[in-house]
Amino acid sequence: MTTNPTSEPAPAVTLDTSGLLCPLPVYKAALALKGIEPGQILELICTDPGSLADIPAMAHQRGDRLVRTEDRDTTQVFWIEKGTTT
Amino acid sequence: MTVSIQPHPTESTDANTPKRLALVASKGTLDQAYPPLILATTAVSLGWEVGIYFTFYGLDILHKDRFEKLKVASLANPAGPLQVPNIVGAIPGATALATKTMKRWMANSAMPTVPEFIDMARDLNVTFFACATTMGIMNVTETDLIDGCDIAGAAAFLDYAATADVQLFI
Repeated sequence: MTTNPTSEPAPAVTLDTSGLLCPLPVYKAALALKGIEPGQILELICTDPGSLADIPAMAHQRGDRLVRTEDRDTTQVFWIEKGTTT
Repeated sequence: MTVSIQPHPTESTDANTPKRLALVASKGTLDQAYPPLILATTAVSLGWEVGIYFTFYGLDILHKDRFEKLKVASLANPAGPLQVPNIVGAIPGATALATKTMKRWMANSAMPTVPEFIDMARDLNVTFFACATTMGIMNVTETDLIDGCDIAGAAAFLDYAATADVQLFI
């Protein structure tokens, strides 16, 4: 499943959290987002079964924008555009 | 150790004010140390402000000599990592085995240890409130605690929690 396929710019950073469980994907994603500028994109790869719920919630709470979600069998890929408030 | 806790306004209307999570960590077993630390590190990752009030046995999570040696027992713990009859759980070594089993679960899942979680939370400016009453009751002194704790009583924590968006007792 791919939602919101867009012509967004390529991710500035890719973070692979395969094998990690909550809270590590969110924790590491937040650290990675600290290192990029507002408007830039973090590509986040997750295998935590909770990530399909957690990552949209994280983006919502932080004020980032989830521009892409891919759900591939056991792996989920998210593109998160850093917002201006965090 | 400095006491950096200040009274907070009773209400904030500033949209830029971060959300706040106020947790009470009241248990000092290995399994029960994880939930407050997981919730705290998650909340700060969401941009929230987080304070944890470590009280009664939960204070062991901040105790220099104990926080690396937290245990989980199988005795009277039917959901624990070592599911054996209580009479077996009472045998010397059963608690050590249950603790070892739980630590192995965590390591196999690439989960941080409790000391690692403490470091993560501290690096992200989570406020650690050490319950002053517990310290008095259990003869814990300031020097027994890890660095970076704020010694506080219930009033100071409630003042912090009064403006929290989420408050949980664990």
